[in-house]
This record gives sequence, structure tokens and C-alpha cells, in this order.
Amino acid sequence: MIKFKINGTVTEVNDDPETPLLWVIRDSVGLKGTKFGCGKAFCGACSVHVEDQVVRSCSFPLKYAAGKSVTTIEGISDGQELHPVQKAWIEEQVPQCGYCQSGFIMSTVKLLEKNPNPSDEDINNSITNLCRCGTYSRVRKAVHKSAELIKKEQN
Amino acid sequence: MNLFFKKTASVKNPKWQRPVLLAAICLVLLLSMVRCKSNNNNNGYVSIDKKSVKEESLRHFEEITKVLQHPRCINCHPNDNYPRQGDDMHKHLFNVQRGPDDRGITGMKCTSCHQASNNLISGVPGAPQPNDSLASRWHLAPLSMGWIGLDDAELGARLLDKKQNGNMSPKDLVEHMTDDPLVLWAWDPGPGREPIPIPHDEFVEILEKWLETGAEVPKKNKD
Ligand code: FES
Ligand code: FES
Repeated sequence: MIKFKINGTVTEVNDDPETPLLWVIRDSVGLKGTKFGCGKAFCGACSVHVEDQVVRSCSFPLKYAAGKSVTTIEGISDGQELHPVQKAWIEEQVPQCGYCQSGFIMSTVKLLEKNPNPSDEDINNSITNLCRCGTYSRVRKAVHKSAELIKKEQN
Repeated sequence: MNLFFKKTASVKNPKWQRPVLLAAICLVLLLSMVRCKSNNNNNGYVSIDKKSVKEESLRHFEEITKVLQHPRCINCHPNDNYPRQGDDMHKHLFNVQRGPDDRGITGMKCTSCHQASNNLISGVPGAPQPNDSLASRWHLAPLSMGWIGLDDAELGARLLDKKQNGNMSPKDLVEHMTDDPLVLWAWDPGPGREPIPIPHDEFVEILEKWLETGAEVPKKNKD
């Protein structure tokens, strides 16, 4: 059994320690917001937070999550109150098919925690997720909008 | 009295003979000491030995650079802000960058994808911290230890420069190349990647011989 916290709740799973965390989150824990895109750490659709860092969960064996705190797209809102990044995503109408978007949002949340005022270049360098629908320009707008909303909420 | 006897006896024991003999012996001894001394003063055999030891050390370094310049090593020792990938040493896909601490940038840390072991499912390589097998050690060498594009002499000079190498002595460097899990990864890089062609223990032997022979590196205009 491997024990870790997911979205604040302690969870124990009986999966092989080498199982990608992505499969544990989706199949054992049952949270389907985190997506499988490539399985090779290329696309970022599977991005989650492990402790304080964005991690591509398709390439993160369960054994390394033992005793750690994992956050998925389901865990960033405050109850019914959406995270400012989620609000900005809705305001800017970013998704097309939506498949890649939880990964983009998870990456953006961490970027803004460390860099509350990112330039376009910072965004290009940090958010390297792939989107088959080509929503990149709206993603960039939404990252700036998120930064604004976070600042407003803090004041 | 036998005249002959008298004559030979007088030749055998002349009074002046002893001091002359002693002086001659002293002279021979003195000359041989001077000769010995001249063998030790860097003009004789000893300096030839020194030269051959230096040449041996340089030969070892030539072997060492073949390893250091192998893509499995040098891909993470770039002279710019981009890690490399593959035997063709292309820039790491997806604009992956060095970042302020050689560990990537926010949202794209090395350890966002590279964990403490080679991932046989995703194919992403990884290596552990020396004292924590569950923590990832994946990161770039500092810019001051960038080697891509350097010739052997430049690489040698940079490698030994304590201001650039993190204050490491040649002995520290040998220890780093002997024990560091990130270095050892190059011999076990996971499927689809060519490991360093010579066994690691042979490499360590070469490193130790290089150290014993003075850790020499070539000068810019050929030694
Ligand atoms: S599914 Fe993990 S990076 Fe693509
Ligand atoms: S919105 Fe469709 S893949 Fe990104």
C-alpha cells in the first residue's frame, strides 16, 4: 500500500509502485480531470502538482508520491469558488475541445505563484504544454487575465 | 745483499707513495659524487622520466575527454541555456531551458519530467540524489562547466580551474566522476540511448592514473 495526500485528503492505494501517478489518479482515485495525451512527458495534459512543483504525472511513478501531497485540477478551487485561473479561462473562452486545458491551468497556477507578473516571454518559456486545437494565443491572454484577477483578489 | 731484491723493495715502499694513493682515491670519490649529483639536477635521466610521466598523464586525459565529450555527458554541460538531447545533441525539445539555478524554469523544472530513475514506461531518463534514492538529481551542470564546442585544451583548462569548477581539486573531480549518480547514469541511460562505450570501472582506473601522473591537461598550442 502506498499512502499520499490528494487534494488534501489522505489516500492509500494498492497499485504497483512503478504505475504512473496519472493512472493512479484516474483509475484508482477516480479523478478524471487529469488527462492522458502522450504518455511521454511531452504534452503536459497530465500536469498535476506534487508538493510545490508542476509534474507530468504520466512520467511520475507512484512510488515517488509516497508521503507527498498531490493536487489535481479538482483540487485548486476553494469549494464552489473557482480558482482565479479557472475564472480567467472562462472569461477568455480558452478551450476548444478542452482536452489539454487542465494541464495548462495547472501549469499556469504554479507559474503565477512564483511569478505574479509574467511577460509574454516568461509565459512562452514556462508553459510548454501542447494543444492540438491551437488555443495558444487565448492561453496567453488568459494567463495575463489570471494575474490581474489574483492581484484583485489579494487587494 | 741481493741487488735485485734491494731494488724491488725500494720501489714497493717509497715514502711518498701513500699520500699520493690516498689523494687519488679521494679524487675518484669526489668525481663520482659530482657525477651522481649531475644526474639529479634535471639535466639527466630524472628529467626524461618526468617528461614521460607527463606524457602518460596527457594520454590518460585524452581518454578521459572522449568520455566527457560523449553526448551522454556533454548534453548536460552546454555552453548556453539549452540542455541537449540525443546523439546528435539537438536542443532539448519544447524549449526547455536552464533557468536561474540550472534546474529549469518555473513550470518547466528538470524534475517536472525527470525523476529519480529511468522511466521505462514514458522513456524519460532519471537519476537519484546520492543520499536519497527517491529524490531526483536531474539538473544541468553550471554554465561555468559548459563544455560544448571546447577543444581538449580548453576543456582541460576549464575543468581544472577552481573558479569555474566549484572549487574542486583534481582529486574532487575524480571522486565526482567516480560516485555521482548523475555521472553514473551515463553508463546506464535506459533503453534507446547509447551508454558510454568503456566500462565505468575502466574509466575510474584511467582517472586514477591521470591523478597519479599529475593530472596534466594539454596546453593550447599542443604540449
Ligand atoms: S500525457 Fe503526460 S505529458 Fe503528455
Ligand atoms: S483545446 Fe483541444 S487540445 Fe487543446
